[in-house]
Amino acid sequence: MNTLIELAYLVAAVCFILGLKQLSSPKGARNGNFIAAVGMVIALLATLPLLHFTTAGVIIIAIGVVIGAAIGSVGARMVKMTAIPQMVALFNGVGGGAAALVAVAELLSFGRHPAFAEAFPSVFSIVIGSISFAGSMVAFAKLQELMTGTPITYPGQQIVNGILAAAIFGFVIAVLAVASIPFSFISLMVLALVLGVAFVLPIGGADMPVVISLLNAFTGLAVAASGFTLNNFALIVAGTLVGASGSLLTKLMSDAMGRSLGNVLFGAFGQTRAGAAAVAGKEGRSVRSGTAEDIGTLLAYSQRVIIVPGYGLAVAQAQHAARELAEVLEKRGVEVTYAIHPVAGRMPGHMNVLLAEANVPYEQLKEMDEVNDEFKNADVALIVGANDVVNPSARNAPGSPIYGMPILNADQAKNIIFMKRSMRPGFAGIDNDLMYDPKTLMFFGDAKDSLTKLVNAVKAA
Amino acid sequence: MSNELLNELTFFVLSIFVGIEVISKVPTILHTPLMSGTNAIHGIILVGAIVIAAGASSPVNIILGLVAVTLATTNVVGGFVVTDRMLEMFKGRSAQRPSTPTKESTPTK
Repeated sequence: MNTLIELAYLVAAVCFILGLKQLSSPKGARNGNFIAAVGMVIALLATLPLLHFTTAGVIIIAIGVVIGAAIGSVGARMVKMTAIPQMVALFNGVGGGAAALVAVAELLSFGRHPAFAEAFPSVFSIVIGSISFAGSMVAFAKLQELMTGTPITYPGQQIVNGILAAAIFGFVIAVLAVASIPFSFISLMVLALVLGVAFVLPIGGADMPVVISLLNAFTGLAVAASGFTLNNFALIVAGTLVGASGSLLTKLMSDAMGRSLGNVLFGAFGQTRAGAAAVAGKEGRSVRSGTAEDIGTLLAYSQRVIIVPGYGLAVAQAQHAARELAEVLEKRGVEVTYAIHPVAGRMPGHMNVLLAEANVPYEQLKEMDEVNDEFKNADVALIVGANDVVNPSARNAPGSPIYGMPILNADQAKNIIFMKRSMRPGFAGIDNDLMYDPKTLMFFGDAKDSLTKLVNAVKAA
Repeated sequence: MSNELLNELTFFVLSIFVGIEVISKVPTILHTPLMSGTNAIHGIILVGAIVIAAGASSPVNIILGLVAVTLATTNVVGGFVVTDRMLEMFKGRSAQRPSTPTKESTPTK
């Protein structure tokens, strides 16, 4: 290969590494993203002189780039901040699909008896890329609420998934050993797509971020494998970087939820039933609900209020209303802080992004470890559209699907205001004892409307 | 084992270590942007898609190339733009930090 191109790829690889480095510190993050994008442009431009274009090739590249750029930029610009997790899933899925298709095209060009060193990475890329594509689409559907967010399980599911995996393994060997069967990899691709769907179905919506991160790492590996097939260093280095850092990130994310990766991926089996039974036994308990005036007065005469924002706040676009309430309270001398659970919203860091968008001062955002001891001194814990992250069953109900997850100690506050649209359980699909706590007042309604009512009530108090 | 394959394996293994090392100290608040950023980087598959599309002449290859280029471009462009949108907000916040903390000092777009 041409030396200049190799050097350009080296520069691109350095850009990716520096970009990743900067992306992991708050100061340089935006810069890091920009550096990585520059690396991408360098790699793309360097590739072009190497190629012999057919007329059809030029046309399809032009059409593909125009359509892809339009979908990508419009999609990324128009998407609401609350829908970002599923957008990342979508972009990851199409990347996986592209990797699989590149590998298919390469495999076809090798003829009937490709060498093992060429065939193996192609087959690997087809399988992993397809799993990533199908899995990401299911993750997207779950987060977009096109389908239920609760785990979908049936008896013998693990056996079925095991058989699928074994069938794929068998086909891989068949394709590698008897590659003279043309298009035998089509069955392989179909099986991998089915496995991708089957793998994500039993995982609950609340765990989707971890799954997306894992599939992100998968796509990275598929891209690296395609790099081996094409003998392209840029693909190998960039794909492997993503595969490795994505795997570590997946582990960091499940650590933040206080769970092992295995528990996240396979934990749904057999547990949902136990959870449902526990809920059934608690039917018929009463909850207290308050009016805006009651709660406004309570807030106005408190000294310390801790706001616990959750996904409900994000969905209702209520971050501005929350800031307004905090400002009104501060004018009366009330000390207000926000308690941010590591997985508040639907992804780690999601809530910080949303509150930053509403210009909530940085000093008021406190992370879980920092704020948990302060709840017992707080007069009011104001829970806005959060649920699972304050559910005490994570601490004291070993049968619960979220058992072991670190939670915010909102139950230790002197009063608890639980703002929610309805009594419906949270994203993990389990009931929350905190709603039945005698210290708790429920305040039903859309988070934004409710907060606006409270702002007026506090002003009147 | 050919020399080229050996080189490629070397790059592969070293990249694993670099990938792990480079993000080992990432704070929780940056998990989502970092995931989105790495997601954009694997859009490098666009290079591969262009390579296979460039020489396409048979109908099968034309379709494969067209779909692969479209999907890969969506991945690259969408990935970088959405990451930038997330990080834009962090910038707004840190710029605001030195001024009076309770007042709005930077407009949201």
